[in-house]
Amino acid sequence: MGGGTMTVTTEAPTPKARPARKSKQQVSVLFDAPGPRARLRNNVITLVAAVILLGIVYAIVARLNEADQFQGKLWEPFLDGKVWTEFILPGLVGTLKVTVVAAVLAMLFGIVFGLGRLSDHWWVRWPSAAIVEGFRAIPLLLLIFFIFSGPPTIANGLNREFPEVTAFTAVVIGLTLYNGSVLAEIVRAGINAVPRGQSEAAYAVGLRKGGVMRLVLLPQATTAMLPAIVSQMVVLLKDSALGWIVAYEDLLNAGFRVVGANYGNLIPAAIVITLIYILLNMALGYLAQWLEGRSRRSRKSAATTLSADPNKLPESGLGGGVA
Amino acid sequence: MNWNVLFDFSPLVDEFDKILGAFWSTIRLSLMTGVLALILGTILAGMRVSPTPVLRAAGTFYVNTLRNTPLTLVLLFCSLALSDTLGLKLSNVSTVNFYWLAVFGLSAYTAAFVCEALRSGINTVPVGQAEAARAIGLTFTQSLRMVVLPQAFRAVIAPLGSITIAMMKNTTVVLVASYLEAAALMKDMFEEYGATLPIFLGFAAGFMILTLPTGFLFGWAAKRWAVAR
Repeated sequence: MGGGTMTVTTEAPTPKARPARKSKQQVSVLFDAPGPRARLRNNVITLVAAVILLGIVYAIVARLNEADQFQGKLWEPFLDGKVWTEFILPGLVGTLKVTVVAAVLAMLFGIVFGLGRLSDHWWVRWPSAAIVEGFRAIPLLLLIFFIFSGPPTIANGLNREFPEVTAFTAVVIGLTLYNGSVLAEIVRAGINAVPRGQSEAAYAVGLRKGGVMRLVLLPQATTAMLPAIVSQMVVLLKDSALGWIVAYEDLLNAGFRVVGANYGNLIPAAIVITLIYILLNMALGYLAQWLEGRSRRSRKSAATTLSADPNKLPESGLGGGVA
Repeated sequence: MNWNVLFDFSPLVDEFDKILGAFWSTIRLSLMTGVLALILGTILAGMRVSPTPVLRAAGTFYVNTLRNTPLTLVLLFCSLALSDTLGLKLSNVSTVNFYWLAVFGLSAYTAAFVCEALRSGINTVPVGQAEAARAIGLTFTQSLRMVVLPQAFRAVIAPLGSITIAMMKNTTVVLVASYLEAAALMKDMFEEYGATLPIFLGFAAGFMILTLPTGFLFGWAAKRWAVAR
């Protein structure tokens, strides 16, 4: 399955000196700076759009109101400290625990198999490629399911004692295998993004393979791939919600199922925990963007920065995919 | 010793009809979601690049919300909140109702990614192209139709391909929204036959049979229509 085509993995640095036009007018490929008539037309469109959007918001609010979703008693639980300390915060801790453990393991997995795919030996390169492509192609949900219920069945069939797989373990291993495979591709792309002259120079001064990798390629690649790695953490954090299917006590389970069922306020509960997820993920997203800007400006690395935009992550176009 | 747990592929053969049916459900989900997500994503991308601040803000809000919410939550919201609490009914037949709720959730989620892919596609077109188009006297629609969009569409084939593949894999999450597709059948078969390796491998292979050709198709198309710059 290996050897797919790589799509856009790196971006040429954007030219810095783009002539500034009018102070607030953003340069767009689609629109020229508006004249009087265009400004008038834009204002009319703004008005019409605002009316339509308000109409949509009104329809949603009316529907929720009709179903009595704005009653105070549905929202009161979220003003109660106990709901937070007993359900939501422990759930959040569960989500963060799974995310952090899986992130660390996935990073190790990614480094091992990413470097494995770059190995000079075919007997390292091929299995690494098969593993990385394979785990990227299997839906994560199937993987978590099998890791959760497979080992006990198989151990039983083979007359072996096998400790029960906890939901935590199943989710962590599933997330590690899938995201580790994606990270392996990022590591590979990051090292490929270091100009060849760097390793040639390193070999020329007498370094060996390990030294070239450790002292020259990896440090520069790290700066280049950090934004993409942080972006992948957003995916990992979101996927941790799949713990729902093996009843892992995470933010989704505690906030949506437990709180929602206890207080009969499914929709308010969904809105509150959605907000928490969005805040966490947007914070990570901004961190990725900031790192990208910093890395592009940095002159410590000769590698071109991998974009934090998940659409530009390395894809072999086979089993991978964002989202 | 019961080696069946590692090597017995017969459950896959016995239940072949059911498995085909389940994957057919997956395909139907994917196709409908693909079409709807493309339409909604295009509208959103249009909003996000428009010169109208209100539309831009609304598009940004939508994308940031849906892109940062776990799909599990989106689908649970569709099946539990929309259907049960708000009583939204898309059909009187229960399975059809759940199909549309699942498609609705999946498309709403995927559209955010489609929108971002299209938008970054438009951003790959150098400003000079549009300026040159204006300079030779093309109107707004002409420059859009003849210069900007052809280049933008060709740049987004590869990202749309990976979004499609991700979406096909994401149809498994529909399991939480009570619509029977491949993942739900695997769960049922785990309960019936035990969670054996061959069953898992069979379903994993089923998804690869769907995603690999899709990947090759998009990869081929992206190369075939790559913009030479």
